[in-house]
Amino acid sequence: MSAREEILARLRGALDGAAEAPAPPRPVVDARAQGDPELMAGRLRDYKAVVHRAGPGELAAVLGGVLAGVGVLAVPPDLPEAWLSAHSGRVLRDPDVAALDTVDAVLTGAAVAVAETGTIVLDAGPAQGRRALTLVPDRHVCVLFTRQIAPGVAQALARLRPTAPLTWISGPSATSDIELSRVEGVHGPRRLDVVIAEY
Amino acid sequence: MTHGTGNLSGADFPRAALPLLADDRLRRNLRHATGTIRAKRAAVVGEVDDWEELREAGRAIKAHTMRHLPELLERFEEAAAAAGATVHWARDATEACAIIGDLIAATGESEVVKVKSMATQEIGLNEALEARGITAVETDLAELIVQLAGDTPSHILVPAIHKNRGEIRDLFRAAMPGAQDVSDEPADLAAAARRHLREKFLSAKVAVSGANFAVAETGTLVVVESEGNGRMCLTLPETLISLVGVEKIVPSFADLEVFLRLLPRSSTGERMNPYTSMWTGVADGPSAVHIVLLDNGRSAVLADEVGRQALHCIRCSACLNVCPVYERTGGHAYGSVYPGPIGAILSPQLTGVAANRSLPFASTLCGACYEVCPVKIDIPRVLVHLRQEAPKSPVERAAMRAMSWVMRDPRRYARALRAAALPLRRRRTLRRAPWPLSAWTAARDLPLPAAKSFRERWKEGV
Ligand code: SF4
Repeated sequence: MSAREEILARLRGALDGAAEAPAPPRPVVDARAQGDPELMAGRLRDYKAVVHRAGPGELAAVLGGVLAGVGVLAVPPDLPEAWLSAHSGRVLRDPDVAALDTVDAVLTGAAVAVAETGTIVLDAGPAQGRRALTLVPDRHVCVLFTRQIAPGVAQALARLRPTAPLTWISGPSATSDIELSRVEGVHGPRRLDVVIAEY
Repeated sequence: MTHGTGNLSGADFPRAALPLLADDRLRRNLRHATGTIRAKRAAVVGEVDDWEELREAGRAIKAHTMRHLPELLERFEEAAAAAGATVHWARDATEACAIIGDLIAATGESEVVKVKSMATQEIGLNEALEARGITAVETDLAELIVQLAGDTPSHILVPAIHKNRGEIRDLFRAAMPGAQDVSDEPADLAAAARRHLREKFLSAKVAVSGANFAVAETGTLVVVESEGNGRMCLTLPETLISLVGVEKIVPSFADLEVFLRLLPRSSTGERMNPYTSMWTGVADGPSAVHIVLLDNGRSAVLADEVGRQALHCIRCSACLNVCPVYERTGGHAYGSVYPGPIGAILSPQLTGVAANRSLPFASTLCGACYEVCPVKIDIPRVLVHLRQEAPKSPVERAAMRAMSWVMRDPRRYARALRAAALPLRRRRTLRRAPWPLSAWTAARDLPLPAAKSFRERWKEGV
């Protein structure tokens, strides 16, 4: 018998005569429900992310300010040109990992966010690039549109495509491994800037 | 019924606990760390209005999953394979180590990076790889600390919980190239680890991970982490091998809601952990994706009607952090990679109670573990159930009862410890511990285990 068959047979044997355990009723989730940008901003700050706000039509100008001093910026291949209209530094589109290790920051969009927890989710979709892009640089600047903010985890999951490569980000990289207190800044970006933009 | 093998049992609990109980610094470190995390957890759990409903949903989803585990595993396999992953099955620790070792050997690499994974510790993977000339580099900060110290983990979530910042600084200075001047500031220590591992991440060709959840419906794996070492390992290498216990299944993607809300608040006391990765087969990272599904005694646990709820565990470690016994002994006394209250019910079931007779008694039955458990595992009930199963001589039975009686009362416990500690400092062997621990030592002549022999025993268990 193969290991697969044997394990499945063991499990079936173990369940022989077991009582039925019904699945709990699944609550109805409104995927379109909007999360509160103020709550989102507060939660982000709680975990040491730097929050910026951009009103309608202000995104490029705000990004120009946030990115001031960034010499080399990495961006995904499809980042809208308009976002960079006020930025004068060098821009690398979709650099390889070695080059990513030398840039000053990476700028991306996001897929969805969770206001309740201050979490941003990337799905490798528009303006986000592959996962390595937002991982290797030491600073991640992320543009989040208010319509992308879901109130809670359930609504965020409902908006996502499960089989996309998903990265859920809540603040800069951190560890609780020394005496169980949270310290920001380990292997992922040590600085996270989020620009919450109205659309 | 086929039980599990690997790093799941050590010396009898009372015997292993004695020298640890005499270690004042260990107890100070543990009290400080568990006290911090208990307060953080309570604050963020208090924020959630529907916490009790969430716990009940977690319990119900897990109970339903276990009842339908064979079908769900088949579904997971089909979905993951359709997305480009290769799925392997391992009956026990030895088979899992062989599969993973062969996969790595086939790449021609002699070094792999690892994300913290309880399952790989359970099967003794690092030691098995070492025997084949493959170095496994632990990349989680606490795992790295433990690995550099040649120590063994003592907590599920924070394997180096038994070390304070000063001890970690000394270790880094001695064992980490380029860290001779590091201070004992946690931020400084984290920065030293970042420098140390950076080049390894960027050059690694093979990574080994575990998984927190495996979604049957979609074939998706989920890793919940903090530091970004997980993302590095899951994204940058060419080959990714994930070892997944069969009980990690959740039926649907939407079910993740319940667990992503329960787990971070229960484990690190955060609303959400810094990073969670979800991937399905081959995505935009590694081009060779392997998943090894592990039984190693889980099917035996599933067969026990009362005990099977131990398989619901999401390894948050909240039960360790509230346990009065764990706070005094630390994780090493349990002799298994799964310490604390969950270890006291899971380890003996995985190995069979005969191989882990004392663990069901390593508890005061105070019930704190049940109250904090995010998936409502009734640990005290399972402990009592397992105590009835433990085969014991009448003398041992009396000894176990004495142990439980002592542990039930903090003052009684402290007194017994002080009494036990005195002769320990002077002697290497212990013929008779002072009453009431004497009830235990009367049953046998005890050579006192040195700290090192734990590791040796673990290796032997592979
Ligand atoms: S038994 Fe419950 S509290 Fe303990 S680690 Fe598992 S899920 Fe967490």
